Amino acid sequence: MVSEEGWAELLTLRPPVEGRSRPWWQQDYFAIGAFALLGAIVLAVSLGPWLYSVSPTTINFTQALQPPSLQHPLGTNDLGQDQLARLLVGGRISLTVSAAAMAVSIGVGIFVGALAGFCGGWVDGLLMRMTDLFLALPQLPLVLLVIYLFGEPVRDALGPERGIFFLVVLVIGGLNWMSVARLVRAGFLALKQRSFVQAAVALGANSWQLVGRHLLPNVFGLVTVAATLAMGNALLAESTLSFLGLGFPPDVPTWGRMLYDAQNYIESAPYLVLGPGLAIFLTVLSVNTLGDRLRDRLDPTNR
Amino acid sequence: MLGYALKRLLIAIPTLLAISAVIFFILALSPSNPLGDLATNPAITPEVRENIRRSLGLDQSIPIRYLKWTLALFTGNLGYSFASRLPVSELIAQRLPTTLWIIGVAYVLSVALALPLGIVAALKRDSWVDRTITTLAFMGFSTPTFFSGLVLIILFSVRLGWLPFIYDSTLVVRDIASLGQLLKQSIMPITVLVLFQTAVLMRFIRAAMLDEIPQNYVKTAQAKGLTRWRIVTRHMLRNALIPVITLVALDVPTIFTGSLVTEQVFRVPGIGALLVDSIYRGDTPVVMAIAFIYAVLVVAFSLVADLLYGVVDPRVRHG
Repeated sequence: MVSEEGWAELLTLRPPVEGRSRPWWQQDYFAIGAFALLGAIVLAVSLGPWLYSVSPTTINFTQALQPPSLQHPLGTNDLGQDQLARLLVGGRISLTVSAAAMAVSIGVGIFVGALAGFCGGWVDGLLMRMTDLFLALPQLPLVLLVIYLFGEPVRDALGPERGIFFLVVLVIGGLNWMSVARLVRAGFLALKQRSFVQAAVALGANSWQLVGRHLLPNVFGLVTVAATLAMGNALLAESTLSFLGLGFPPDVPTWGRMLYDAQNYIESAPYLVLGPGLAIFLTVLSVNTLGDRLRDRLDPTNR
Repeated sequence: MLGYALKRLLIAIPTLLAISAVIFFILALSPSNPLGDLATNPAITPEVRENIRRSLGLDQSIPIRYLKWTLALFTGNLGYSFASRLPVSELIAQRLPTTLWIIGVAYVLSVALALPLGIVAALKRDSWVDRTITTLAFMGFSTPTFFSGLVLIILFSVRLGWLPFIYDSTLVVRDIASLGQLLKQSIMPITVLVLFQTAVLMRFIRAAMLDEIPQNYVKTAQAKGLTRWRIVTRHMLRNALIPVITLVALDVPTIFTGSLVTEQVFRVPGIGALLVDSIYRGDTPVVMAIAFIYAVLVVAFSLVADLLYGVVDPRVRHG
């Protein structure tokens, strides 16, 4: 493992990839598996609720806590709602939240990192001290604290679902941008030494052209890896919040919330745990695998 | 070494102040009422409410409140809980031993497991042993602790009935039987934390060992005819441990927040459970105090990491 800075430097200095006999997806079965799994999950979640027409909200107490059967492939919960339908709808929310939180953290991370790396000097010093401070914050307790203090007013202002959506996305994204910022900064610092950038400066490129044309496109690889890993983190953070009963309102079936509800029936209906639990586990696993493999591909010291 | 330690300590103080400021301003800027249910409780007269507001310093301006709050924090005065009318420090002192017991055992076990696993995986790089270990570790840290906890409960409590799935907080250890009970009810919470933490630490250790393998001093040691065991333990491990010690110390706060979830799954009455309960109850002083304690832990262990770094690596100490 190379350090963050060292890695960024190596990555941006790497020569153009020489002709390889086979592309990576024919060599790395783990990555293919992870990619296929993630694709299947996204597809199921986006198309599933249309194809599987059972309502996720209809309450039917005569059908409460039914074990898996042909009629209800994953059983029903304590209100008689179909678990598979809830899982598919809940996945949309969980994945949307994590994608949005990832976008926030990548956005903030690129902005802070680019500013620090490009400007240098006191701007760099200030922004990096701020990044260190954010890294020193206790993540989960702070997320809980913010949701606790801001939850009610935001819910009142934007409605129960939309309010908590924005809050969760902002809080999770707002506490996860630090590694992206450091990577982008390190990448910028390494790139600034390169002759093509110095040539651009000598030819009179302005700051926007330098950042937009020469620096940012070259840290794209770093950002992709960070984005993948941030997505997994965000999904875990959102499920943890929901699992503690502090995320979305009870009628919104996110995967974490379904587990929170399931733990009360763990003796009578243990199958309620498996669906949402496996969904979270498999999604995080495939996202992490992709991120890890991507990093290995990009890290020249690993060849 | 003393100068180095003092320097590190001096750096930790502003960090702690900055974190306390962040936590305080989240509270101060929050549009919701910090009095929680007390503000709307009809049983409380306006005078009493005013007194509570004043005791929290809410009648003063934000900078003064911040000063008073931090001063009180650093003298150990964490205020009183709304829900139980007890001092917050007392509440936390009741809960802390349970958390420390679970986390301490879990952490020692994970280090003890991760060290040999990481070394073996690195030495046998790309063999089936390495692949198995790394794959398992990968699955380990991709499994959310609440899921592995629930699966363990289903397996060992519901199906097999071997272990109790609710942690009995009233249990007092008096004899061998009650000690056995304590161990029995701690097995699952500890296992969940160990599974996750071992996976994380093992990856650190494997990576650190891999960095040492191509080094020239390893070739020298081999050329001198040292045994493999001696090269690994006396030469490589001593160098590999430098980054690992830091990462291990820096990772301690993660296990504290990880235990927040585990305590919820197994109903372990630790400070994580106290935090979640206090959030449900709207018990602001307790929530604030625990959030700050977690922050203190993060800073304290990064200080420990820095100091250990100085101890194991003379270059850091003198450089």
